[in-house]
Amino acid sequence: MLTMIGKRLMFAIPSLIGVVIVTFLLTRALPGDPAAYFAGPAATKEAVEQIRKKLGLDKPLIEQFFRYTNDLAHGDFGNSLTTGQPVAAEIRNRLPASAELTLLGLIVSIVIAIPLGVLAATRPGSWIDHLCRITTTAGVSLPVFFTGLVLVYFFYFRLGWSPAPLGRLDVFYSAPPTVTGFYLIDTLIARDFEAFRSALSQLILPATTLAIFSLAPIARMTRASMLAVLSSEFVRTARASGLSPTTVIVTYAFRNAMLPVITTLSMVFSFLLGANVLVEKVFAWPGIGSYAVEALISSDFAPVQGFVLTMAVMYVLLNLVIDILYGVIDPRVRLEG
Amino acid sequence: MKRRDFLKSVSGLAAGATLPVIPSVVSSAYADARSETLLIVSEGGPNNLDIHGVGTNVPGYEVSWNCYDRLISHEMKTGPGGVPYYDRDKFKGELAEEFKIDDMSVTFKLRKNAKFHDGTPVTAKDVKWSLDRAVSVGGFPTFQMSAGSLTKPEQFVVIDDHTVRVDFLKKDRLTVPDLAVIVPCIVNSELVKKNANEKDPWGLEFTKQQTAGSGAYKVTKWTAGTEVIMERNEDWVCGPLPKIKRVIWRMVPQAGNRRALLERGDADISYELPNKDFQEMKASGKLNVVSLPFSNGIQYIGMNVTKPPFDNPRVRQAVAYALPYQKIMDAVMFGLANPMFGAAKDKPTEVAWPQPHKYNTDIEKAKALMAEAGLASGFETTISFDLNFAGVNEPLCVLVQESLAQIGIRTTINKVPGANWRTELNKKEMPLFTNVFSGWLDYPEYFFYWCYHGNNSVFNTMSYKSAEMDKLIDGARTAAATGDMTTYDTDVKGFVDLAYADIPRIPLYQPFVNVAMQKNISGYQYWFHRRLDYRALAKG
Repeated sequence: MLTMIGKRLMFAIPSLIGVVIVTFLLTRALPGDPAAYFAGPAATKEAVEQIRKKLGLDKPLIEQFFRYTNDLAHGDFGNSLTTGQPVAAEIRNRLPASAELTLLGLIVSIVIAIPLGVLAATRPGSWIDHLCRITTTAGVSLPVFFTGLVLVYFFYFRLGWSPAPLGRLDVFYSAPPTVTGFYLIDTLIARDFEAFRSALSQLILPATTLAIFSLAPIARMTRASMLAVLSSEFVRTARASGLSPTTVIVTYAFRNAMLPVITTLSMVFSFLLGANVLVEKVFAWPGIGSYAVEALISSDFAPVQGFVLTMAVMYVLLNLVIDILYGVIDPRVRLEG
Repeated sequence: MKRRDFLKSVSGLAAGATLPVIPSVVSSAYADARSETLLIVSEGGPNNLDIHGVGTNVPGYEVSWNCYDRLISHEMKTGPGGVPYYDRDKFKGELAEEFKIDDMSVTFKLRKNAKFHDGTPVTAKDVKWSLDRAVSVGGFPTFQMSAGSLTKPEQFVVIDDHTVRVDFLKKDRLTVPDLAVIVPCIVNSELVKKNANEKDPWGLEFTKQQTAGSGAYKVTKWTAGTEVIMERNEDWVCGPLPKIKRVIWRMVPQAGNRRALLERGDADISYELPNKDFQEMKASGKLNVVSLPFSNGIQYIGMNVTKPPFDNPRVRQAVAYALPYQKIMDAVMFGLANPMFGAAKDKPTEVAWPQPHKYNTDIEKAKALMAEAGLASGFETTISFDLNFAGVNEPLCVLVQESLAQIGIRTTINKVPGANWRTELNKKEMPLFTNVFSGWLDYPEYFFYWCYHGNNSVFNTMSYKSAEMDKLIDGARTAAATGDMTTYDTDVKGFVDLAYADIPRIPLYQPFVNVAMQKNISGYQYWFHRRLDYRALAKG
């Protein structure tokens, strides 16, 4: 298994090199001129040139590229100009915020979508099947920022049940000492239950927003895959042998239906990280997506490159985990490097 | 891991996921903290805590203003609507206990008990080092200093530990006011020097991350793009101790959420909301909304006069008669601006800026002027705007497009991303565009020097050149420096008249600074930089 993981990681290297080159070239192809942007509104031509020199943007492209890769090799992602901070540190601080939100959103979504899909598959054409169809269609057709704003409007502005959409914690609580970067876990480690409550209540709305958005693919895939499995011969055999419906559905059918669901989950996780950008904007969430968008708007190269690279690494790791999971769930899937 | 183990552990996790009930414990410290804390929400936050830094953005100026002291500052007067408004002409000492303006220099006596945040006393050498830094680092701070003829370190002379003299390069009315803007802030020189190195002799990397001043507040925590927390400096001596103990400034990108936070009473102050929101909040009366005109600021339609057809003054006048001024005021600004159009025919030109011009929406007249210019059939062009301010610019440009179509000018709208806007302005190739200019120093000749003078600064976006205009602007500057007010008045009236006759840029309105706050917040002051001064604010 270890050699397999090693091999898989080896194969990821060329794609990562590709990502480095492409993002470098793409960011350079953006229309904005960072030097003019950062020289400020009152800058003269000389001032702009001064800044360009300071940023190293007066050098030929190839030299900039080698300097960039050299820095990368030393773990230096460069400095963001908009926030003024080193990109590596910013990503390290912001990634847990996005990850916590995305994971929680995904968990909520799974908890609702999988039972819904299974029930819909076992009773096709019933009211639960229609419910499944309606919720998934509605969920996927509502843009995330819209769902987010509507939730804020009702649960915060109208009803006042939810706390102010001001990021990860109420302003008057201080963040727990960082252990995992996940506030829900860190506050518990610090035994600060007040902060835990605050962190949890801040998470509910954005996580729900993400969950609503990701219900559809998971529920639809579970339903389709369950339907296929339920009509297969081994299920018929199991039923004919007089096994109870629960055993047939949960032990035999569901486990066999899980493979495509797992694949869908990995895809959903990937696009949730993307959808995050908008949710983070709506809820003032200090995550990695809003960071990247802001950087893009101001032609700030380093964070954009750092963001794309981090995402690429995450996808590689995620795919690896999914592949390993396949083998664990279904022994028929042999992992080959 | 074995398959069965995995499945078991998964079900174990699921069982453990039923969370224990969390005891509801909310400390009483929470309520106390709330009453002494000011919660500000805005769209963007600082990217640098030091205004001398490379590319410090406007929110960064707010930090600098509140965390650093300057030698002098402005007195307050009562402005429009009874709101305290900085007095352009009256100065008071800040770090300086007293100051004396002579013919070719100004001497400052420093407060003896003033201390930096780390406890070291503020001395004359800190002042000299800081001013040297401002004129030497390059970029915006150096440029701003030069606007007041402050360009050389030799101009700043240490007399003794608590006395500094600033020598004038030449007579310039703007030298003393320029010492009261945000840039000439006094920095803890010993502390910064300790953290400087050869590559960074002015320690900009150090002051980017922390404040090293003597001001009324100090930054205790800054998470870029998320929040800034500032605590009151209990040892501040340059004015009465501020009432607000702690300022929490959170970045909330969604304007709708900022409004919701205000209306729910969770946030204390916000700005940068759409005009429509301000107008509605004003009407509902639940919050205090302060709207004051930008000092020395105008939103305008500019035309590139170096390229046909806008090189023809008749065409420019035709455009000036075709713009839908009132519609823009109503539908884009929701009345939150001062009109800069449609002055009465017989109204004499004033010695003031900004002041309205005499053009009005008059399509017949515009058509006639187009015909006179030989362009009765019209022409095609593009109108550009900065996407960073799309909330105002986009509807404005659509209205202009619609209106110009009536006189045969067919326009396509060109949306320029914020990052690219300055580059585009610098190229001076856009034929037709809208933009805002506002100057920190509130003097007509200052505005005209940047926007109309033939030296063609980046703000002369129209590339306008006229020997007569240059003579009038230079004349007014010299007259102001020497105190020859008759010549000054004639020259100012002269250049305003010329600017409106030649009309290379058409003023639309003077925008408002809008700030919305809870009813229990008092002490808001309008400053030339248009950001908040926490020192005067109080809660409760």
